[in-house]
Amino acid sequence: MSDTIKQVVMPKWGLSMKEGKITKWLVSEGATVSVGDELTEVETEKIASAVEATDAGVVRRILGEVDTIYPVKTLLAIIADASVPDSEIDAFLASYVPPAVEEDEEVVDIYSTVTLPVGEIRYAKYGSGDKTLIFIHGFGGDCDNWLFNTSGLADQFSIYALDLPGHGRSVKGFNDASLSGMADVILSFMDALSIDSANLIGHSMGGAISMKTAIKAPKRVKSVTAFGTAGLGADINIDYINGFIGSDSRREIKPFLEELFFDAGLVSRQMIDDILKYKRLDHVPESLRELADTVFKGGKQSENLIDAFKATGIPMTAIHGADDKIIPAAHSEAAKSFAKVEILAGTGHMAQMEKSKEANALIAAQAK
Amino acid sequence: MARNLSMKDAINEALDLEMRRDPTVIIMGEDIAGGAGAQGEEDAWGGVLGVTKGLIGKYGANRVMDTPLSESAYIGAAVGAAACGLRPVAELMFLDFMGVCFDQIFNQAAKFKYMFGGKAQTPVVIRGMVGGGFRAAAQHSQMLTPLFTHIPGLKVVCPSNAYDAKGLLIQSIRDNDPVIFCEHKNLYASMADVPAESYTIPFGEAAIPREGKHVTIVAYGLMVHRALEAAETLSKEKIDVEVVDLRTLSPIDLDTIIESVEKTGHLVAVDEANPRCSIAADVIASVTEHAFKALKSAPKAITAPHTPVPFTPVLEDLYIPSAERIADAVRKQLK
Repeated sequence: MSDTIKQVVMPKWGLSMKEGKITKWLVSEGATVSVGDELTEVETEKIASAVEATDAGVVRRILGEVDTIYPVKTLLAIIADASVPDSEIDAFLASYVPPAVEEDEEVVDIYSTVTLPVGEIRYAKYGSGDKTLIFIHGFGGDCDNWLFNTSGLADQFSIYALDLPGHGRSVKGFNDASLSGMADVILSFMDALSIDSANLIGHSMGGAISMKTAIKAPKRVKSVTAFGTAGLGADINIDYINGFIGSDSRREIKPFLEELFFDAGLVSRQMIDDILKYKRLDHVPESLRELADTVFKGGKQSENLIDAFKATGIPMTAIHGADDKIIPAAHSEAAKSFAKVEILAGTGHMAQMEKSKEANALIAAQAK
Repeated sequence: MARNLSMKDAINEALDLEMRRDPTVIIMGEDIAGGAGAQGEEDAWGGVLGVTKGLIGKYGANRVMDTPLSESAYIGAAVGAAACGLRPVAELMFLDFMGVCFDQIFNQAAKFKYMFGGKAQTPVVIRGMVGGGFRAAAQHSQMLTPLFTHIPGLKVVCPSNAYDAKGLLIQSIRDNDPVIFCEHKNLYASMADVPAESYTIPFGEAAIPREGKHVTIVAYGLMVHRALEAAETLSKEKIDVEVVDLRTLSPIDLDTIIESVEKTGHLVAVDEANPRCSIAADVIASVTEHAFKALKSAPKAITAPHTPVPFTPVLEDLYIPSAERIADAVRKQLK
């Protein structure tokens, strides 16, 4: 293949993605683009996002059609310098051989379980770098909340993403539903998998659990990167928490899930179906209620970890969507005296999903 | 963690989990014992297709009751036991056999709550096989769902996949009303990711296994797969089909159907049952009544013909609505 002709292909976001649908082209043929420019919107069964240019140049051909589903790696567009003659592009397309479809067997089962004092915990493992990252989701989430991050960072790090007790496919119940009890789960998880120390990445309540783990065992936590984190102030959108626990149908839960994102359009039917599947497992509503009544007692966050965490001296990056409707961005601003703070404009509570590229760069920078 | 389970095993797991959780759950039926690890015939069965295999070893003959070949007797016993506090799951093998126990189901189980002023409850599940394509001839291949759906007091469930089968069966067992649980025999081997834990799916909530904006196809059971196959073919012709899987026929999720038709303006209702008074006819009537203005074309029903299910394979294959027939109907809607 000519190295002057750059291919734009259907991306693979997360290991389960097999195909994606083009919903809209954001550029037209002839447009000049720079690296990072958004080219097209793609919708998968999990989420909608934009495909960004990885090369600069002129969009010479758009091949992917709107409202059409393409397998991962399908050629969607051609970017080349204006100086490359059309004939060369035509010749490239004429001789273009689509990449072979990956066999299903090649997809290694990334999920495993480990039995801890609290019960069985499911986790996903990606990559095999020297440095270890442990991803801890928030209230009502699971390890798949990090799909864009784990897939984007697996080439550099050893990555673990777990389902907390009461969540995903882990045990539905707690020994201790407080932040301290959850931190004990993280430490016993590290013990069980012989992880001496790690960089913790947490979202929302998971950010507070990361900080609490660092406070309890400072030698075992190298850094904390937290998105829309709890633990830095008293406010929590308790109507969201109660709505999430109490809703049992698509119509009921959708408005609550829309509060998580800056762009409510990101809440896909598949996302709602996945969450309802989780919420309909036996003991889930009771577990979530117990957790909320402990961590968000009386509609306020039970613990402010600023002073105790600051005392550990462990480096922290706090990333917060400016438009977070669950925990206000002002909480992360309050961490400026000891943490690197990034407030992302046009971003809601799910900053790690909504701004995955920036998120991954910040995670990698903090973990190095 | 994809935990792939067949629909047959998902049904077995639902029975197992509910029997473990609730000692009042019992199962009864013809040849349902088996798979206990004993010698010879005792081990051979566990349901004619092995759906209840192994349960007798775990729960014993008092809770896994192998009955005489008399549907009228044991279905009546199950209904009576339900009224007296147990939660029986009676297997009718082929639901075609329901004819000999209509009174027990239609006149007794379905009526108790009403006749006793709401003071009686009848938490019985009658499960069994439905549908064609199994080369089992006219008396073992029918889709009698419309018959059951017609009766007030019965709930009617017909899952299209292993995940739904497990959640809907657990819901059926926990439900306090009689439920007719229809298992398509040609879906027993179909696989899906099924969590090991117990979970429920509420009745009256349709699923949308494929979203689209040009035409709505409403289906249930095996026909969901035919509809999805048609949708796949049509997507290559730039026709974007939405498939609604009813999951439960009584109650029925009209809101989701109407919401979809209001988006697409076109409706094809697919049903493996015979055409007269079918679920397809019911869906079309309801949409016409409640959302007539949303329709841009006359709704179309794709059903089996008004004949018994043929035994000869060539005719049986013609009898059951195919993906091609469904795709043709969709194309005509858009002309």
